[in-house]
Amino acid sequence: MHIHKFEQFWIKLSFVLIAFFIATVVYGFVAMDLKVIGDHATIDPQNLADTKFGNPGVYEATDNSKAEYEVYVTAFQFAYNPGTAQPIVVPANTRITFYVTSPDVLHGFDVAGTNLNTMAIPGQVAKFTTIFPEVREYGIVCNEYCGPAHHVMEGKINVVPKSEFDKSNLVE
Amino acid sequence: MTFLHKYPKAAKVAKANFIVAFIALAIGGFFGFVQALHRTDVFRGFFNSGEYYTLLTGHGVLLALIFTTFFIAGLFVWGVTRSLEREPENMTFTWSWFWLMTIGLVMATVAILGGLVPDSSIRAAVLYTFYPPLQAHPLFYIGLALVLIGSWMAGADWFWSYRKWRADNPGDRIPILTFMALFTMLMWYVCTIGLALEVVGLLIPWSLGWVTEIEPLLPRTLFWFFGHAVVYFWLLPAYYVWYAILPKLSGGRLFSDSMTRIVFVIFLLLSTPVGYHHQYADAGISVGFKFYAMATTLLLLLPSLITLFTVVASMEHGARQRGGKGYLKWIGKLPWDSPAFVGCALAGIMFAAGGFSGMINASMNINLLIHNTLWVPGHFHLTVGTAVALTFMAITYWLLPQLTGRKLKHKTMALIQPYAWFLGMTLMSNAMHRAGLAGVPRRTAEPQYSGFDFEPIFGTMAEMNWQIAIGGTILTISLILFLWVVVASWLAGEKSDKPVDDHIPKPLSGVEHTPAILDNMKLWFTLALVLVILAYSFPLWEMVADGIFEPGALPRPS
Repeated sequence: MHIHKFEQFWIKLSFVLIAFFIATVVYGFVAMDLKVIGDHATIDPQNLADTKFGNPGVYEATDNSKAEYEVYVTAFQFAYNPGTAQPIVVPANTRITFYVTSPDVLHGFDVAGTNLNTMAIPGQVAKFTTIFPEVREYGIVCNEYCGPAHHVMEGKINVVPKSEFDKSNLVE
Repeated sequence: MTFLHKYPKAAKVAKANFIVAFIALAIGGFFGFVQALHRTDVFRGFFNSGEYYTLLTGHGVLLALIFTTFFIAGLFVWGVTRSLEREPENMTFTWSWFWLMTIGLVMATVAILGGLVPDSSIRAAVLYTFYPPLQAHPLFYIGLALVLIGSWMAGADWFWSYRKWRADNPGDRIPILTFMALFTMLMWYVCTIGLALEVVGLLIPWSLGWVTEIEPLLPRTLFWFFGHAVVYFWLLPAYYVWYAILPKLSGGRLFSDSMTRIVFVIFLLLSTPVGYHHQYADAGISVGFKFYAMATTLLLLLPSLITLFTVVASMEHGARQRGGKGYLKWIGKLPWDSPAFVGCALAGIMFAAGGFSGMINASMNINLLIHNTLWVPGHFHLTVGTAVALTFMAITYWLLPQLTGRKLKHKTMALIQPYAWFLGMTLMSNAMHRAGLAGVPRRTAEPQYSGFDFEPIFGTMAEMNWQIAIGGTILTISLILFLWVVVASWLAGEKSDKPVDDHIPKPLSGVEHTPAILDNMKLWFTLALVLVILAYSFPLWEMVADGIFEPGALPRPS
């Protein structure tokens, strides 16, 4: 087979580029703790009441080596609980683990402008951990089509200073 | 003598496919125009926001599934017939796949458009990804299944011609136009296993009420088993045009036969085991399999980068034949006044831009910044919406005369059309990418929220909305120009024995330099299946081990 010398050079360059991209992702994973959601747990979407999702909100973490607070959120047609009727309130500079699921159809849970972005899939629990570095409000957007009123589905996260975080609102 | 005169039966089939493709393009394109104005809040008077999702489903199904599939069928009928120099083996069979696909498309379209009739029980506002538990009318799923079966039969038709040709030409290499078509169809057979299992195995019984519950993750995963390879099913026919025809349109010849075949072999191998890269944000699939999908996805950059080299080299050769000189000055010698060339070349440039945003999409953790935001449709309007669609439109200017025996009319309009598309898409797509970075969601009728405002990194929301609306309008005008030229030429073009120069010269580095193993379809098909089994067997087993429909969710109306 005849491959022109410029083309050989180009192919080698392509491999370098591909290796670079894979390295970028691995670097993000290892050095910057930029993980993606994996396989956590399945759940019966018709019986969320018997789980922590039956009483969603911010919990004190049971295993505080990983995170200090756990937030259980249900995404349903066409709101988040908590998030829509009242904002999710969390302290800044604190490790927080989110658990998100849906009792009905697919939804998105995207904290606008950040890389906190997961699907809420009936039957699956999405789990991810993060730290909010600054005190501010964030919008939550449903970014997966979920039915005729999909476009009204939104929520809010309030990140408050650690010193002002009111533990009396935690779910027991 | 042109194609029509040599192969009148095949020409008729190709034309029938093109007619369906262009009707789908017209309707789907109009829906896109409405969406561009609606979601940016420039004008919402056509339909209400609930109906938006019906239009969006129509836009996706008619353009991404129907326009593409029928155009590709017409293109491959032309290419296989021409390069094997034989009409289809049995016209009853050929017409039966065409009509099966058409009946299926009409069923699916009726189900979708039913959503615009108040209180209709026939609805399918489930978008072209139709994730359950949102449920469409059974007509929708059955229609899609018929289109799929028809496309399988079309592939079988071309393999049938190939086998007959092989019996008459035992020692010959597969002609390149047939090689590319057959490898595209082999890839189609691999990836549509997922779609068939999903639609026939799960969704049809469920939509008919034979089972009530469904596990959402399983059909979603099966969809993406198919759903990324389908983009290569659209893209490879564009490559088909860029490899086989574009060099000729530039005044030269294909740079390398072997690299062309290698590229198609790599696509057959790697197109399917990449589907999880659409599910990076899904719970229920382990990070290891997502990583495997990412690695195969990024490896797919290789054939596209080789294509970039080969196509640009072929065009440079053409330009130098036309007297082009210098490192870059030769670009000016390309036929920038030929509509077919201009469309393909501009489509290629946009594809390079789309490739860059695609690298972001593929990069697992970086992807989370833009997953399901407007960035994603911004990306695929460059790839399928321009690289594929504009190439198809442009090559129509060259194919239609061969199929109808009539010269192209309104050449000025035909020349303006691809430039207009390029301009409109530049405006629309850059704004969509940037809005996505700010978090603006895709697939949303009114992405304006009461509790917060998006904070764009570059530009303002108002400016982006205007670019999307104006870009969408220019694209619509370009589409009207295209349809106008096609209809006018088809009905009233000047009849001619040689309505267009349809000669395709031999490659610079010809098939005699190409290793024979590249033509071994059984080998590559088997390897492709092995890679798919590695990617999918374990995760799918995990999903079905607790019961195919467990953990089950109840259906919801769309």
